[in-house]
Amino acid sequence: MAILEIKHLSKRYKDVTALSDVSLKVHAGEFVTVIGRSGAGKSTLLRCVNRLVEANAGTIEFDGVDVRALKKRDLRHLRTHIGMIFQHFNLVPRQTVIENVLHGLLGYKSTLAGVLGLYTAEEKEKAFDILDRVGLEDQVHKRCDQLSGGQKQRVGIARALIQEPHLILCDEPIASLDPGSAKKIMDRLQRISRDMNITILMNLHQVDVAIRYSDRIVGVREGRVVYDDDAKKLKKKTVAEIYGSEAEEILFEEQAV
Amino acid sequence: MKGTRRHIRLRGRSASSVALRATLAVLVGITVAGFFLLDTKHLNVARAGARLLKDLGSMMTHPAALHFSIPEALKAILVTLCLGFLTTFLGAVLALVFGLFAARNLSRPGLVAFLKGLVAFIRAVPTVLWVLIFAIGAGLGSVAAIMGMTFHSFGYLLKAYSESFEEIDGEIIEALKASGANWLQIVTRAVIPSSMGPIISWTFMRFEINFTNAVAMGAAAGAGGIGYDLFMASGFYFNTGEVGTITWLILLVAILLEIGATRLKRTQHVQR
Amino acid sequence: MSTPLAVREVLVRRNLTFLAGLAVVGALTVGSSLVTDFSFSAGIASIPKALGWMAVNFIPNARALRALPNIGIKLAETVLVSIMATVLAAGAALVLAILASRTTRPHPAASAVVRLIASVCRNIPVVAWAMIFLLSFGQNVLTGLLSLFIGTVGYLARAYAEAIDETADSAVEALHASGASWLQTVAQAVFPALMPQLTSWMLYMVETNIRDATLVGILTGTGIGFLFDVYYKSMNYSSAALVVIGVVIVVIAIETASNALRKIIL
Repeated sequence: MAILEIKHLSKRYKDVTALSDVSLKVHAGEFVTVIGRSGAGKSTLLRCVNRLVEANAGTIEFDGVDVRALKKRDLRHLRTHIGMIFQHFNLVPRQTVIENVLHGLLGYKSTLAGVLGLYTAEEKEKAFDILDRVGLEDQVHKRCDQLSGGQKQRVGIARALIQEPHLILCDEPIASLDPGSAKKIMDRLQRISRDMNITILMNLHQVDVAIRYSDRIVGVREGRVVYDDDAKKLKKKTVAEIYGSEAEEILFEEQAV
Repeated sequence: MKGTRRHIRLRGRSASSVALRATLAVLVGITVAGFFLLDTKHLNVARAGARLLKDLGSMMTHPAALHFSIPEALKAILVTLCLGFLTTFLGAVLALVFGLFAARNLSRPGLVAFLKGLVAFIRAVPTVLWVLIFAIGAGLGSVAAIMGMTFHSFGYLLKAYSESFEEIDGEIIEALKASGANWLQIVTRAVIPSSMGPIISWTFMRFEINFTNAVAMGAAAGAGGIGYDLFMASGFYFNTGEVGTITWLILLVAILLEIGATRLKRTQHVQR
Repeated sequence: MSTPLAVREVLVRRNLTFLAGLAVVGALTVGSSLVTDFSFSAGIASIPKALGWMAVNFIPNARALRALPNIGIKLAETVLVSIMATVLAAGAALVLAILASRTTRPHPAASAVVRLIASVCRNIPVVAWAMIFLLSFGQNVLTGLLSLFIGTVGYLARAYAEAIDETADSAVEALHASGASWLQTVAQAVFPALMPQLTSWMLYMVETNIRDATLVGILTGTGIGFLFDVYYKSMNYSSAALVVIGVVIVVIAIETASNALRKIIL
């Protein structure tokens, strides 16, 4: 069952075409990674799914709902089912870890309670449990600007998880991390996807990481999909096509099938 | 450790957030107290407010010019701009020289500290008081105004220039020293030319501020120019329309200056 | 590699530009001096007179000391007015900044209108506002308070809007992505991120406003500025000088406290 179905999506910024007739199906529980050069349209594609960016044409169906047709309040409701983590973590720096995690629940709360930051005891417990699960139980009251990159991204993941999402969008989640932390984050995301049956749609520019962790890979070049198949089937020639370079110039090892 | 947790604390308790909250509490507390402490001399605030709105309305719709003509007003603006220019020029020249001695990478720590202390004192005296002090000896007029305003021009530009000088790559200075150049040569051939961009930008920003100052000195300290006309229109003739016209003129010039300063600032960031 | 001729051309051109700039500045200086009736010699001559006056009068005599209590009260009043104007302005500026900032504005048109209002408030000098308010509020402490308030709102609205764009941008995106409403996002992402900057700017504006309050006081007959004016016009120079000393002490004290606080907060 396709949890996310994108059909003929297009997006133009003034005189630049970011996405051109993009169609894509993601099934529940899948781990799909989008690869491509910077500026190829990966970020735009992801942000069209939760309408942080408004597409010009095409349809997006999530859980059977036409995303582009939603009104404001329904859109907010939809967004509570979609979590998102970011390259630069996007946390509120001076606030504590637990405060940042609880922000994920704002979409579920009334405006008044959200504005005043009134969380119930259950909500706080839930945040605490999730932080325990991502290994940050000792950092609960630490200010986020005092954390390492890997820790910050774990806070971001916790914030997404507290929403109990069906889908998590990941925009270059490891681009700002050192290789050690990057591996830990990718392992964690893979575990989350498998254990909690959460669908993951991710942008990456590291092709080898994409192959290692994803079920499926989507290659995007200049706003068009040029590859959409099993991760393990990705050939060096195709990678060269996606990145528009001669095959020899790319650092990439083909998987032995 | 899980368990029954009755109360999970959310906020942090760093020195920074405590200081933050305390500062805000004190400031707000003083403000609230002030409403009870201020002596407003039985002013009927509602009536004054109504009159104010009426004034603002008529200023926008019925500007007038009874005691001067438009060419005279433009000349007054020119006078004010020139006052601003001269004090900026004097301040800049002095700041350029002394700024070298206030830059930590070009001067001795003792001298730097002395200059910074001197500037702190200079800036603590409001400009209008400087001008009035000079007016005792020189009489009320452009001389006292320019000399008085130059104190703050100097203080502001000294800080700006010396910080620009300090931002110069230490290696450039090292390289020149190593090849045998003396202090004066390094300063004139490397330091000042490299800082020209920021210097020009800061100087224009100060000119913008000095225009405002010159208006104020015209109103409060007899410096002439459009500020004097403004003072007369309001405090002497009580003519709302005239006050409106003059305010429009000042606003126009100020906005033009601000646009100029912002454009200059942007070329700075592009260059860097 | 450039030929010696080309190198010389560049140097000559650079020197010419420099000289041209110098000539322009020179012409402007001479022109401005003519327009304003200013002479450098008169300016230089006034310096020893001013220094002399300060040297003589900065040592308070009996008459000045008798004025001390009065000076203290007026100083307190001026500081109070500065703080009040700043705090109230910060509140208003915060609302305006949220409307004006690219990150949090509900609509681009609202943002443009607010920016225009802030620009007008900022570019009309505090002195001009004082003259405007004088017509309706008269010689009253509220006149000064209102003038400082409007000027500060104009300045802080822009400063806060820029701060929002710089610090809260990414967190706002994240909260929108998780389904939070506009109001919730402003309260939970923008406020906490903005608080330190907000307070730091407030402390800076209190300092600036004390100086402006002195100026406005002369024109509105209130505060320490007015007191100075009274002593000055009656040639009671020792008391006038004591006022100056008082202002210096207060400004430096507040500046020191403000710097210390800002270092802890930021």
